[in-house]
Amino acid sequence: MAPFNLLVNGKVHHVEGAPEDSLLSVLRYELGLTGSKFGCGEGFCGACTVLIDGQATRSCVTRIGQVAGKDIKTIESLADGDKLHPVQQAFIEAEAFQCGYCTTGMVMATVSLLESTPNPSEADIARVMDRNVCRCGTYPRIVKAIQLAARRSAT
Amino acid sequence: MIERDPEIEPERYELAEPPQYHFEVDRRDFLKVLTVMGGGLLVVSSLPASAQETGRGGTGGTAPNDLASWLHISQDGHVTAYTGKVEIGQNIRTSLGQTIADELRVPMASITFVMADTDLTPFDQGTFGSRTTPTMAPVLARAAATAREMLIDLAAAKWSVDRATLEARVGAVVEKSAHGRSATFGELTRGQNLTGRVSQSAPELPRDKWVIRGQALHKVNARDIVTGRHEFTPDVVRPGLLIGRVVHPPAVGATPKSVDDSKARAMPGVTVVRDGDFIGVVAPNERAARRAAAAISVEWNLPTGLPTSETIFEHLKKTAVPDGGRGGDRTGNVAAARTSAARTFDATFDIPYIAHVPLEPRAAVAEWTGGKVTVWTGTQRPFGIRGDLAQAFRLAEDRVRVIAPDFGSGYGGKHTNAAAIEAARLAKAVAHPVKLVYTRAEEFMWGYFRPAGVIAISAGVDANGKLAFWEFDNYNSGNSGLLTPYAVPNKRESFHNADSPLKQGSYRGLAATANHYAREMHMDTIARGLGVDPVEFRLTHITEPRLRDVLQTVVAKSGWPHPSADGRAIGIACGTEKGSYIATAAEVSRTPDGFKVERIVAAFECGAIVNPDGLNNQVEGAIVQGLGGALFEEIKFANGEILNGTMAGYRVPRFRDVPPIEVHLIDRRDLPSAGAGETPIVCVAPAIGSAVRAFGTVPARLPVTLSAK
Repeated sequence: MAPFNLLVNGKVHHVEGAPEDSLLSVLRYELGLTGSKFGCGEGFCGACTVLIDGQATRSCVTRIGQVAGKDIKTIESLADGDKLHPVQQAFIEAEAFQCGYCTTGMVMATVSLLESTPNPSEADIARVMDRNVCRCGTYPRIVKAIQLAARRSAT
Repeated sequence: MIERDPEIEPERYELAEPPQYHFEVDRRDFLKVLTVMGGGLLVVSSLPASAQETGRGGTGGTAPNDLASWLHISQDGHVTAYTGKVEIGQNIRTSLGQTIADELRVPMASITFVMADTDLTPFDQGTFGSRTTPTMAPVLARAAATAREMLIDLAAAKWSVDRATLEARVGAVVEKSAHGRSATFGELTRGQNLTGRVSQSAPELPRDKWVIRGQALHKVNARDIVTGRHEFTPDVVRPGLLIGRVVHPPAVGATPKSVDDSKARAMPGVTVVRDGDFIGVVAPNERAARRAAAAISVEWNLPTGLPTSETIFEHLKKTAVPDGGRGGDRTGNVAAARTSAARTFDATFDIPYIAHVPLEPRAAVAEWTGGKVTVWTGTQRPFGIRGDLAQAFRLAEDRVRVIAPDFGSGYGGKHTNAAAIEAARLAKAVAHPVKLVYTRAEEFMWGYFRPAGVIAISAGVDANGKLAFWEFDNYNSGNSGLLTPYAVPNKRESFHNADSPLKQGSYRGLAATANHYAREMHMDTIARGLGVDPVEFRLTHITEPRLRDVLQTVVAKSGWPHPSADGRAIGIACGTEKGSYIATAAEVSRTPDGFKVERIVAAFECGAIVNPDGLNNQVEGAIVQGLGGALFEEIKFANGEILNGTMAGYRVPRFRDVPPIEVHLIDRRDLPSAGAGETPIVCVAPAIGSAVRAFGTVPARLPVTLSAK
């Protein structure tokens, strides 16, 4: 066990652990940030997606030893008070969810996608977002939400 | 004779499973139970008086008919509605709200639903079978209409006027005359319960006069979903919460031979809990619980000689109990028709086990307070899980409270939930609230599957190319959608129970997907064999106009028989289930290693539509889920062990698997709303299978594959 300093949503948190401990576990169980979800623990569903230095990352398979000092952003940091992030707003308008368990991961993955590809084609979206699973099958709506958010950011 | 509940279909095999755990009885606890139970078998309720008076909680098999069970209007006019149903993305928190808003005459924003809390909501059997809109919405509509009429009566008494001069409008009772008086619902009730029975005659809006129903309203809690603020069970935190983990066997039927838990016991803050075959740990945080569970070394007695995913079909046929279940529906004389048939067509379809893979795995948070246990858990049967907990811990049901927060879905896969019992066992041992969240592998292994099956069809046509006989035998997969909707003078359709080596149970649409796949592929085979158009062939055998409607709609919208682009082939299928009607067309293209689905067009009719966008979302979702079973889902197993029970090993539909989907909804305000969430899944596979036949042979099995011509 060793001390780690994690920079999460602009705040430094001191965590005792082993370097191979899962970032998601620390976020959810110790920092109280439950917006990132546990879906598979294998890095194959994307429900736990957070941004690390702006890049969408599966936090369940991210080890705390890898991310000490890096800029970690979770869904909790996305809205500006009561003002939703444009991606969150677009997901609501496109009703791009059913049960909503995948949604926070989808939103974070979208934020990262639009950062690197401001005007993604449907093929771009399918390629990049393919790491995120929606078992309710709202993929067509998520594609619409992403395109809506992209259009808004462009204007 | 036990009367069969029409809501419980026989293929809900998971409900017949024996309890997974038999915990040791603590003698002191047992005496307590005897006292609570009055020493006899009758469980005496000690619910708080308020709950009993209102009919909330409760154990009865029928919905209470006292108004206060369903609705409460606070002094500020806020409406709280109660239902034992669960919200799992099917959007009933919103659509049921639309029903109440319409009948009570209040804005949507004034309504909050308390759902699926066994202490607060009326008894409910469970959220399954697409029953909420056809059965729960009418109950709430009557309750809301009754309440509205009572409020009008209250205002009439208060002002000493004829109630005919009053009407309810936007959360208030108003005088219809110009500049008339007005009193808000809250002013009229002053926060007191509206007491009395739900009237069967309070006037309800006719379907063609719906105002809020019929609108495409957004999900009421959408903001909590996109911000991550909604608390799913794994997000629930209680004071003093500890984290649990269970050491499960590696295979169904495996039992511990020897256990060495000394390393885990030596870990700081860790409690090891052993009770019979149950092995669990509790730790201060999730990482510590994971380490402690991994430190327990168990030698298992493993089952041997069980069927595998390759031998299962033979096994099911071998162990089948003839005409089990509802089977054996007969019309006419099949044997005679067979001898005079012009041509006969036979096929046998293999259907593998598939998994629900809800993204939220089974999870529970359990807390004991003064001999009563409260469990938060995602289950489609909160009252059923309450019974399971009562049985496992030998408690009266009123000493158990189950709360199902809106959860990360079930698709029929969360009718049972051992995690609730396990979390409660761990919490009892440590006298702290305990949270238990299954790993993905545990969710695969300790949930249950859509049953594997074998479906054999023998059919014949007369000299005019009309179906003369139809024999349909379903082994194990189930009897939903067993009966053909096509007119055939001589038929026998049977379901045969068989021995399943894996845990099996409900799934979205149950066996209707497998039965539609086999039936529609076979209809396609016969039409091709006769050289007639498969749509024409179906239409000559369809008597139900609603089925004809959806089929003709999908023909028109898809462009059948012409695919929308060169190099593609188009296939079609139709059917009915849960009182609603679906027709699906699929376009596929050839790829170097098989085929690709390029486009899906569906026409769906489920009577009057309550929320068109919510329904559209359900239909799209059912189609996407159907793609998985149609294209690649299949559980691989041997000797009770799941060989592909991980997200990496078991492929579910992803973005790149989903083609453009066009949904055409037919709104029939002249008909009551039927179940909608399941039916649109049933024709995805046969539409694809039929299309792929343009490129070669499609073996009679799921998933759909292409063998070279």
